[in-house]
Amino acid sequence: MSQPTAQPLTGRLIFEKGTRESRCIEPPALDVPEIDLAEALDGAVRAEPPALAAVTEVDIARHYEHLASANFGVDTGFYPLGSCTMKYNAKVAEQACRLPGFAGAHPYQPEETAQGVLELMAGLADALAEVAGFPAVTLAPAAGAHGELTALMCFRAYHAANGDPRRRVIIPDSAHGTNPATVAMCGYEVTTVPSDARGGVDMDALRATLDTDVAALMLTNPNTLGLFDENILAITEAVHAVGALAYCDGANLNAILGKSRPGDMGFDALHINLHKTFGTPHGGGGPGAGPVCVTDALAPYLPGPLVERRDDGTFGLTWPERSIGRVRSFLGNVGVLVRAYAYIRALGGDGLAAVSEQAVLSANYLKERLRGAYELPYDRTCMHEFVLSGRRLRKEHGVRTLDVAKRLLDYGIHPPTVYFPLIVEEAIMIEPTETEGLETLDRFAEVMLRIAEEAAENPDLLHEAPLTTPVRRLDEARAVKQPDLAWRPDA
Amino acid sequence: MRFSPISCEQREQMLDVVGARSVDDVFSVIPDEVRLRRPLDLPGGMSEVELVAHLEELAARTAHAGSLVSFAGAGCYDHHVPAIVDAVVSKPSFFTAYTPYQPEVSQGTLQAIYEYQSMICQLTGMDVSNASLYDGATALVEAALMATRATKRGRVIVSAGIHPEWRETLATYAVATGAELSECPTADGRTDLGRLAALLADDVAAVCVAQVNVYGVVEDVAAVAEVAHEAGALAIAVTDPVLLGVLEAPGALGADVVVAEGQSLGSAQSFGGPGLGIFACRDRFVRQMPGRVVGRTADVDGRVGFVLTMATREQHIRREKATSNICSNHALNALAAGAYLNAVGSAGLRGIGSLCVARAHYLRDALIGTGRFSAPWDAPFAREFALRFDGDAEEFVRAMVDHGFLAGVPLERIAARRPDPGVDASGVVLFAVTEKRTRAQMDRLVEAVMSL
Amino acid sequence: MYPKDLKYDKEHEWVKVEGDVVTIGISHFAQDQLGEVVYVDLPSVGDAVTAGETFGEIESVKSVSELFSPVTGEIIEVNDGLSDAPEVVNEDPYGDGWMIKVSLGDTAELDELMAAEEYEAFVSEEA
Repeated sequence: MSQPTAQPLTGRLIFEKGTRESRCIEPPALDVPEIDLAEALDGAVRAEPPALAAVTEVDIARHYEHLASANFGVDTGFYPLGSCTMKYNAKVAEQACRLPGFAGAHPYQPEETAQGVLELMAGLADALAEVAGFPAVTLAPAAGAHGELTALMCFRAYHAANGDPRRRVIIPDSAHGTNPATVAMCGYEVTTVPSDARGGVDMDALRATLDTDVAALMLTNPNTLGLFDENILAITEAVHAVGALAYCDGANLNAILGKSRPGDMGFDALHINLHKTFGTPHGGGGPGAGPVCVTDALAPYLPGPLVERRDDGTFGLTWPERSIGRVRSFLGNVGVLVRAYAYIRALGGDGLAAVSEQAVLSANYLKERLRGAYELPYDRTCMHEFVLSGRRLRKEHGVRTLDVAKRLLDYGIHPPTVYFPLIVEEAIMIEPTETEGLETLDRFAEVMLRIAEEAAENPDLLHEAPLTTPVRRLDEARAVKQPDLAWRPDA
Repeated sequence: MRFSPISCEQREQMLDVVGARSVDDVFSVIPDEVRLRRPLDLPGGMSEVELVAHLEELAARTAHAGSLVSFAGAGCYDHHVPAIVDAVVSKPSFFTAYTPYQPEVSQGTLQAIYEYQSMICQLTGMDVSNASLYDGATALVEAALMATRATKRGRVIVSAGIHPEWRETLATYAVATGAELSECPTADGRTDLGRLAALLADDVAAVCVAQVNVYGVVEDVAAVAEVAHEAGALAIAVTDPVLLGVLEAPGALGADVVVAEGQSLGSAQSFGGPGLGIFACRDRFVRQMPGRVVGRTADVDGRVGFVLTMATREQHIRREKATSNICSNHALNALAAGAYLNAVGSAGLRGIGSLCVARAHYLRDALIGTGRFSAPWDAPFAREFALRFDGDAEEFVRAMVDHGFLAGVPLERIAARRPDPGVDASGVVLFAVTEKRTRAQMDRLVEAVMSL
Repeated sequence: MYPKDLKYDKEHEWVKVEGDVVTIGISHFAQDQLGEVVYVDLPSVGDAVTAGETFGEIESVKSVSELFSPVTGEIIEVNDGLSDAPEVVNEDPYGDGWMIKVSLGDTAELDELMAAEEYEAFVSEEA
């Protein structure tokens, strides 16, 4: 026998495991008369069976256990990914969404048999309305980007109903990429406005571009620099003065729960990422949910159906009068909505305010601990996140922010968001969230300071990093030039 | 409950470092005019014990597939979810992870998605699959929009056999994107090919047709694809992946793009969401494709590894010129779909499909045999079928609840906002029969119908 | 780094003039800024190009840039080799990394372009 070596945990596909004869789940036996499939399906019977894996349950259990062990989640370690709010996901919420009444309910069962889940949805909508400061909410959108699009479609319908179709939507240069993509998908043109020296919207530039051709402004507040825009009321006033609408990207709502409400800032609509602010898991990329809150003026345009609390205390579905229509099938990502509802009820109103208090304090604490070793291009009190620049490390030691990020992996910490926002060179965007203890924050600060020292002492170490992860830096150019997007049995 | 582990003492320590006297001090960066100076008007927090009791009470006031024997489908099905599937999606390092932007510590998610993409290609007969979209309806929208980009044509024809909610969704997006929609009605339960030919012209980007339509009828995708191609349009096929063990791969029937709702592959019904938006297409559209995609490559030491790739199509790079604004996928549902297909395998999928078809045929004959139901057409069907009740469909379904059944879905309820001109929906009930429904349950349903 | 026999524009394309046919590619500076080129999307022979307007796109793993034509005319040849080996744009931007050949409409447009020294000064300001 050769030398014993452990097999790598990842890389070998499930299709390459097991034997072609192995079986796992057998369907139950036929208990009705056999029928001729070809006849029943009018000849559309499959000729070649699909080439799927042929494995047993133990193969599957081990396969995914190996894959999971090569993954990093919030339960693995600190995940200070700016703008993504990687807070701890309470286990009680996971249990809740699996209760048979929620997991096993059918969207078309008669509404009198679905009162519990409808009550939950109405309760969630009410809570979101109160937190955000708006009278009307749709729970339908499946994600933040989907919420953005839903709201802009409502804006479009609103302007059209007023006989005033408009063409442009204004977006600050610090915006998430989804904002311009959503604008384009909704048939509008993007106008970018710069940020001012303090990191807010440049008011002069905004006023200069506002005219009656502007349908809306899309703004994230607090913005992607983690800063609360001090001119927010002046901004929304200026937008309304030309008959345009103000949209708030709610990606950063975790900073202001119980402290300030987008509805009170003059916004006309807001989407909320339940998978950020309200503790539902990110799922490795989804599903999340992106409910949209709007003013009374926009409420008639919301997509349907909405859950309604009736005068007799029962719950049912209703359609807004001038609804834009559906934006998806069924009612929403209910499994996610259940988790968010559980989270909100667990914390209560005071608990939510305490979330933002701690999130903001923790971010400012880390900012103070890291200043000096990294540049702080906007040196102000931040909200729930802040943005450093690795410009000096690059200039003095040839170490890029990407290298710092990869080195963090060797210390068992997930890197912050990097190279975003685009207006900060070599950006490092850090969002600790409220669910991390002081020990974790301190260790992160020490590791970041240590990495800055390593950059000076041994820059090649950082260029080589990570050294300890299941795989190291991957050849992304090859992935594009020689695309291998699916396994094939004959390949 | 509280989820922050920081003590009061530690908080004071942190305030010292920040140089603030109080937390309120830190929030003074918010202008006074927009500060909320009152507590949120929400109920107080709960202990875990109270919370669980409250949620269980709400859940108990909701009927479900365990309390009513379900024959309801219409896009959301009570298929068996193997125990191994929930064991996989319950692993915290899968479900508490973010999008796999740091591939060195995300190989689990990335490999699972690569395998998912491979399985979707195998099932559909397509060359590439993306990492998934929100649901079937939005996958159809993305396919239609991709077709308009790829063909530089502005009109899309949609068969009215496609689920009314999907067509409504498409219509909503069409208003915003400026795409033009034409709907082709059905005749005798299938897309009216004569009407389709009349609607086709050289401005048509794509024809969308369901392989198994909302009435459960198996459509002639090959015929639709052929006339679409003759007019220079793409053929977009809607399918249901759990039936692709018995039904021909849409790719083999000439489809250029295949979309589907993937809930039937290991996801709970969950009152209709989250689902799984399956999107697969031919190689030549890969740069026009919406959403994420995972590719296989190697690391600096030559080890096999996986990355998100072709990212220049996406919003974070191409911004307003991106192929879509989507910046997530339903990764956890895709993970479930992969685990599901591994669990059942190719033979199991065929077994499940043929069992559903056989039982659905048994139930349809038996229901017609009660004398209370009639067949609105004679067309081939798979797991679901439409029958006309000799009374009010809503009342029928409600009456059956008292007998312990969720006895299908009244067509009028789902089609009211976007009817198919080719179908008189009054009294029509859609019945779905999954591999979970036994002959004994079906016989009891028939008895209950007889007792009405 | 900036051959003397070529002319350059502010979008970092170069042109090589041979009679009324010009060859177009991107400069050393442009390829260096992009990083490893993984995809080049070029038009077809017979397509028209207009000075100052886009004729294609070039991508690295995490960026995409438009290609602007420095001249107006009709495309008579396209470098098909770039579809299989886009990295040639990095390795040999002025040689095998050329992109299109254009039959020139208006030779006066060439006067608008920069000579090598002028372009070098322009680049050092941008960097």
